[in-house]
Amino acid sequence: MSQTAHTAHHPRWYRTRVSTYWWSRKWAYFLFIVRELTSLAVAYFVVFTLMQIHALRQGAEVYAEFQEWLRRPLLISLNAISLFFVLYHAITWFNLAPRAISARFRGKRIPDLLITASNYGAWLVVSLGLVWLLSGG
Amino acid sequence: MAETITLEVARYRPEQEMEPTFQQFEVPFRKDWVVLDALNYIKDKLDTSLSYRWSCRMGVCGSCGMMVNDEPKLTCATFLSDYMPGPVRVEPLRNFPVVRDLVIAMTDFMVKLQRVKPWLIREQEKPLSDGEYLQTPEQLDDYKQFSMCINCLICYAACPVYGLDPHFLGPAAIALAQRYNRDSRDEGSQERLDILSQHDGIWGCTFVGECTKVCPKHVDPAGAIQQYKLEATKEWFKSFLLPWGAK
Repeated sequence: MSQTAHTAHHPRWYRTRVSTYWWSRKWAYFLFIVRELTSLAVAYFVVFTLMQIHALRQGAEVYAEFQEWLRRPLLISLNAISLFFVLYHAITWFNLAPRAISARFRGKRIPDLLITASNYGAWLVVSLGLVWLLSGG
Repeated sequence: MAETITLEVARYRPEQEMEPTFQQFEVPFRKDWVVLDALNYIKDKLDTSLSYRWSCRMGVCGSCGMMVNDEPKLTCATFLSDYMPGPVRVEPLRNFPVVRDLVIAMTDFMVKLQRVKPWLIREQEKPLSDGEYLQTPEQLDDYKQFSMCINCLICYAACPVYGLDPHFLGPAAIALAQRYNRDSRDEGSQERLDILSQHDGIWGCTFVGECTKVCPKHVDPAGAIQQYKLEATKEWFKSFLLPWGAK
């Protein structure tokens, strides 16, 4: 249903088209587009993890080969770039969290900083837990 | 000689030209002048044919929104001194059709605003003799921020989603829907959910967040939309997983 229909064909109104490169006009728009693109890095890590699990299931020999494959400079740089984008994704996500959450405690709105801080806190706890697990418990 | 500043003002006179052009004006620079004062000076002394909207000149009416050096601003609250030595480029709000000079057509927004039913909806009105609908300060606080919107359309000019897809309901309309949804006296949130949860409603928003940054009244439309996405998702889960639990 077109709600703009009755204004769409006025002969004398001037309309500008949005440029394909609208995101290059302003720093904030550019950062937004980068954030959208980081989803590719997230998807890549999902596929990567699945490949890793698959290799692990094939036994020790295949997994050793997989690890050898990982040592290639191309893969190291690809993973480093992806890690950067995933971190960018996570950090901007946490910083945006207070916009989406309007939680109240005893009638007062919980301050933005507290919501952001608790997100980072949870991230830290999970990361430390993983480090503990990986370093042998 | 008194100090002056140059204004580059977009002109569009549809009976004369096919597309907008810029016209330069030298106006006196005064520390307490805002861009709107400079436009009024032009209209009074230099070119009476310049067209633009304005009314209250104190950030209440929401008529004087324009692009100032490529940023959407209320021209009554944008000081010339922040742009010294100039020039200052004044254009009509982006993402809207231009009717003439700095005047945009805002019909699209008016239609959208009506669509979200920005008024108190009651299943049953109380009889007048029962008195007012009372509200605690906390209940007022819950929606007050969203009620500060003055419909200046600056958020629409900052929103690339609206620029790319004019069917998108847009920041102010959704924030104003939230203003009524959050009101303890209102019972219309389900009716609004049906409108807002359509494709061109809240889900059109990709959370660029610029609407909140440019809002002169600190309404936070981006926050309103994201919070509504959460609520709509909860509603969807309720109706999908617990059909008997849906309202």
